[in-house]
Amino acid sequence: MKNSIIYFLFIGATVLVSGNYACTISSPNKQGENLYLANCATCHGDNGEGLRNLYPPLADADYLKLHRSELSCIIKNGMTHPIVVNGKNFHMPMPAADKLNAVEIHNILNYICNSWDNEMEYFTPKEVESQLKKCQ
Amino acid sequence: MKYCFLFITALLFTFSCVDPDKVVYDENARLPILGERAFVNGDTVYHTAPDFNFINQDSINITPDLFANRPYIVDYFFTTCPTICPRVKAEEIRVFDHFEKNPTLGFLSVSIDAGKDKVYKLKDYADKLGVGTPRWHFVTGDEDHIYDIANDFFHIAQKDPDAPGGFDHDGRLILIDKNKNIRAFCDGTDPKAVDIFIKDVEKLLREK
Ligand code: HEC
Repeated sequence: MKNSIIYFLFIGATVLVSGNYACTISSPNKQGENLYLANCATCHGDNGEGLRNLYPPLADADYLKLHRSELSCIIKNGMTHPIVVNGKNFHMPMPAADKLNAVEIHNILNYICNSWDNEMEYFTPKEVESQLKKCQ
Repeated sequence: MKYCFLFITALLFTFSCVDPDKVVYDENARLPILGERAFVNGDTVYHTAPDFNFINQDSINITPDLFANRPYIVDYFFTTCPTICPRVKAEEIRVFDHFEKNPTLGFLSVSIDAGKDKVYKLKDYADKLGVGTPRWHFVTGDEDHIYDIANDFFHIAQKDPDAPGGFDHDGRLILIDKNKNIRAFCDGTDPKAVDIFIKDVEKLLREK
């Protein structure tokens, strides 16, 4: 009986250790990544690559740096006006993600702005909140 | 007790070792004819794709005549779909590019949003994806007609105000052969399923 307890403890520990390990090494911003995959990746691609001239890329995108102060509201309200990303024209409605709260938007922003060759200064919660207050 | 450990260990191994990616694709097995069958006077009558009458992105009338004697792939979508369609389109483009050198293979993307997806919208969408006629037709038509025939195309399509974007539908790609029989389908959001689907299409194109 004692043996069986040790056996199950061993199996349990192995599962726990391998699970946790996978989480810590894959991404420093797991919530941001998961939210991105659930809400954005269908259009912008799992790696931010976009889709031809229909959905703009987020990977290595100049638009993120040039429009830093607008990003929270773009996520919250979507956008409809024509834009230029990395020299390419895009014009297609992006739907609002009105179910996302400020913390979630914050995590998504820090994820996309520091993935796929984007290297931007991290957003603080304050910065995101003040952007959201000024959304049209 | 000892046997119990052995049993559990064996069980764990079995579950950890079955890798769905390793299932071997049978290159020689003929693609089945899918759908319900009827038996008439000793002959088997197979399910066929429905008749249809659509308008494509170039305002041209599209009927099954266009695909007479050649295979084609059908999906249901709409241009403002916020959920699965963008992924399906990315995968379908992969299929389209793969068969670039097979001009006989047609593509039919049926919009389920007849209200918003007017011809000029479909044209814009196709242009932005960089695909289009003569091989890929983005079509609209009479709304009731589109919903009525969805089932016979193995598709689910219905209006649903609670669904994101206002429509409920699936992301399947359906393969139809030159005799209008349905021969294969896959979940267009799953790249691995689409890889197998590409092999199915290759197999169909090799059929005499
Ligand atoms: C239904 C498809 C779709 C979804 C889902 C979507 N977007 Fe977009 N996104 C677009 C389109 C289309 C544009 C271009 C808008 C325009 O032309 O006005 C865009 C533009 C953008 C831009 C500015 C342009 C660029 O490439 O930098 C950002 C940033 C962005 N989206 C981020 C997001 C984030 C973050 C999410 C998830 C919360 C998201 N998008 C979800 C379609 C989508």
